[in-house]
Amino acid sequence: MSSVSQAIDAHEHHEHHDTGKNTLFGFWLYLMTDCLLFASVFATYAVLYMNTAGGVSGHDIFELDYVAVETAALLLSSITYGFAMIAAHKQNRSATLGWLSITFVLGAIFIGMEVNEFHHLIANGNGPSRSAFLSSFFALVGMHGLHVTAGLIWMAVMMVEVAKRGLGNRTITRLGCLSMFWHFLDVIWICVFTVVYLLGVV
Amino acid sequence: MSLLGKLSIDAVPYHEPIVMGTLAGVGIIGLLLVVLLTKFKLWVPLWRDWITSVDHKRLGIMYIVLALVMLIRGFADAIMMRTQLALATNGNAGYLPPEHYDQIFSAHGVIMIIFMAMPFMVGLMNIVVPLQIGARDVAFPFLNNLSFWLTTAGAILINISLGVGEFAKTGWVAYPPLSELTFSPGVGVDYYIWALQLSGLGTLLTGVNFLVTVFKCRTPSMKLMQIPVFTWACTWANILIVASFPILTAALGLLTLDRYLDFHFFTNEGGGNAMMYINLFWAWGHPEVYILILPAFGIFSEIVATFSSKRLFGYTSMIVANGAISVLGFIVWLHHFFTMGSGANVNAFFGVMTMIIAVPTGVKLFNWLFTMYRGRVRITVPIMWTLGFMTTFTIGGMTGVLLAVPGADFVLHNSLFLIAHFHNTIIGGAVFGYLAGFAYWFPKAMGFHLNEKLGKSAFWCWLVGFYVAFMPLYVLGFMGMTRRLNHTDNPAWNIWLYIACVGAFIILAGIVSQLLQLFVSFRDRKQNLDTTGDPWNARTLEWQTSSPPQFYNFAKLPEVHDIDAFMDAKEKGTAYQKLDKYEPIHMPKNTAAGVVIGGALAVMGFALIWHIWWLAAVSLVASIVAFIVRAYDNDVDYYVQPDEIEKIEDAFVKGASEVKA
Repeated sequence: MSSVSQAIDAHEHHEHHDTGKNTLFGFWLYLMTDCLLFASVFATYAVLYMNTAGGVSGHDIFELDYVAVETAALLLSSITYGFAMIAAHKQNRSATLGWLSITFVLGAIFIGMEVNEFHHLIANGNGPSRSAFLSSFFALVGMHGLHVTAGLIWMAVMMVEVAKRGLGNRTITRLGCLSMFWHFLDVIWICVFTVVYLLGVV
Repeated sequence: MSLLGKLSIDAVPYHEPIVMGTLAGVGIIGLLLVVLLTKFKLWVPLWRDWITSVDHKRLGIMYIVLALVMLIRGFADAIMMRTQLALATNGNAGYLPPEHYDQIFSAHGVIMIIFMAMPFMVGLMNIVVPLQIGARDVAFPFLNNLSFWLTTAGAILINISLGVGEFAKTGWVAYPPLSELTFSPGVGVDYYIWALQLSGLGTLLTGVNFLVTVFKCRTPSMKLMQIPVFTWACTWANILIVASFPILTAALGLLTLDRYLDFHFFTNEGGGNAMMYINLFWAWGHPEVYILILPAFGIFSEIVATFSSKRLFGYTSMIVANGAISVLGFIVWLHHFFTMGSGANVNAFFGVMTMIIAVPTGVKLFNWLFTMYRGRVRITVPIMWTLGFMTTFTIGGMTGVLLAVPGADFVLHNSLFLIAHFHNTIIGGAVFGYLAGFAYWFPKAMGFHLNEKLGKSAFWCWLVGFYVAFMPLYVLGFMGMTRRLNHTDNPAWNIWLYIACVGAFIILAGIVSQLLQLFVSFRDRKQNLDTTGDPWNARTLEWQTSSPPQFYNFAKLPEVHDIDAFMDAKEKGTAYQKLDKYEPIHMPKNTAAGVVIGGALAVMGFALIWHIWWLAAVSLVASIVAFIVRAYDNDVDYYVQPDEIEKIEDAFVKGASEVKA
């Protein structure tokens, strides 16, 4: 057994260099499909945002100050994730874990604030059942939130992996995929912020 | 709130003899399978070599088995509809009450498109594409296994709907507001949603997987414009998959929110807009039909070149034409609902775009004709399907151009003319293509030949049956008969409905011939072994391997100098070379994770359909945990050692050269 695993280890560097690149490319392609998923829901929002059915419009419910803090937390988390990747490439395990933890906390703040905003809206009778506008608002923003939540679970798993296994090739590849995912969600959020919140209050 | 949600014993339609009879039949066949598997001690090999396999060739075979099973299910629906309509004339009620009949036509459409045509296409792609590009497997072998089990999970859900509860009564498109909770309060639409979501996810992952495979895992010497034409066609189809399936996911997701959480995307109340669903559905649905047809075009291109013993005419134009069809396929979706009333200019744009698609399609037809021109066409089963396709599909294409005229469409919209048109293109194009590919690559995948006589019988029954069954529908469409009618009362229509019913039975004879062919060929397989690996004197790399191919495909990655790489090697005398020394080959290990995740998500789908919330949560968490466990597993590959490779290669080269000598 040990000789077999040595043989595999001996090849690991060469073989997994390639498969790692394929994984990143494959994951990037997957992100493009995710982008189209968001595009479809954005289109739905664009069609329905004026259909308030006599209820509130974006102008009535969006609080830009609050959303600005939320946005800042998420944008900052992209930078801190970038620092985590730099540390990972330098094989600095504790710095990687540190930056990942900060990123995690920032992501959790974002999600917490979003949940609070949703709760507030629903409590005031402005839940998704109220109108097509609110349906599409909750679906679009909520879908982004679900993605960020999935990213947080993934990040927690990655932190365990880095702590237990260090920063091998495969772990770096996985961190790279999560990195693309996290930055991608940032880009989506910029679109959400512009299309939903900024244009909503104009 | 009950522990079983909405599920109770009343969900089983025990008062319906047709359903119960079918269930009894399925039960007996299932029992027979269990007995046979136990008797021949096949459970362990089934699990070890198939269910957990990450080998693209085995997954391809499993996809095609799934497709054939679902073909029988979908065809049973078809023949029930045709007999119902032949009996229910002159105001008779027939034997299928409307609420049952509505489920049948909905199930027929979903099954034939999503669970017959798609798995058949993906199955052929799985078997052939990695071999054609000189790869050892796909880029992500585990993901490939997972895709298969997600597709199967969807198929299982739709089959469960037969015995537990009901299926959608909305037609295969499930348009709101009919598919909303107000008008479809039962579980039928929920079965539809979750069956499509799971299999759609599987298809999406397949698309990503095969794009990475084709772009990153080709044998290093193969240039982009040396990729065999079938693989190119599949690549275009995969681009369409990754670009269009997310839209379906979104449309179904929003419908789910409407039905489960009282959202208002497509409802009549609350400012919802049903046309938004219809737009999203066809923004996926139209590319979807090109996802089905492009690989079929690729299959015909391979077959025409092989059996004309000539290089394909216009390789580059073929690929460009596929690309043009792919791009245009995204800007024609509105022709499915010209009657929405978007105005003359919008309708004109989509009408013209639709007609333009006939141009690249015409290019392809001429390329096939010019390939055959002055070739010595060997009349075999695959080429017969190809010739049948070329005539039939041309007719279907022309009726399509006719429907693309918005003015004509206003008259023919949702009439049987439309039904005749899309069956003409999907059966005459995609299905004929897959059956051609089935006959062509069967010896490669299984290692023995198919019975030629029964293959020809299947072809003639399908071809004649198709014309007899569907040409009358063009006539009925012009006479004003709309689709999805349960019974009729118009004496002028009767004769055409009777003829169409006869046609369905001729197609039945074709399907029976096909099953008999499988049985007879399997029985006589010892006399019909293919030891050469190249039974048709073909041109591309898949024929360089043994039949069935070595599990690692190529002992040494092939050198490519030409579009027809294998023909080039045969002409230069470099095919079938025995190497002095083999390198170890890096291969993926089998894994149970795919079937576990697929199974958990099937349970989740079932639980969501019946509102069994605790079970849905448990199975979702189980699938996520299974995925994380698999992701953490670094022990996923191994090396095949040179002495083992040498043994396998020696046996093959010896067998092949004996036959050649």
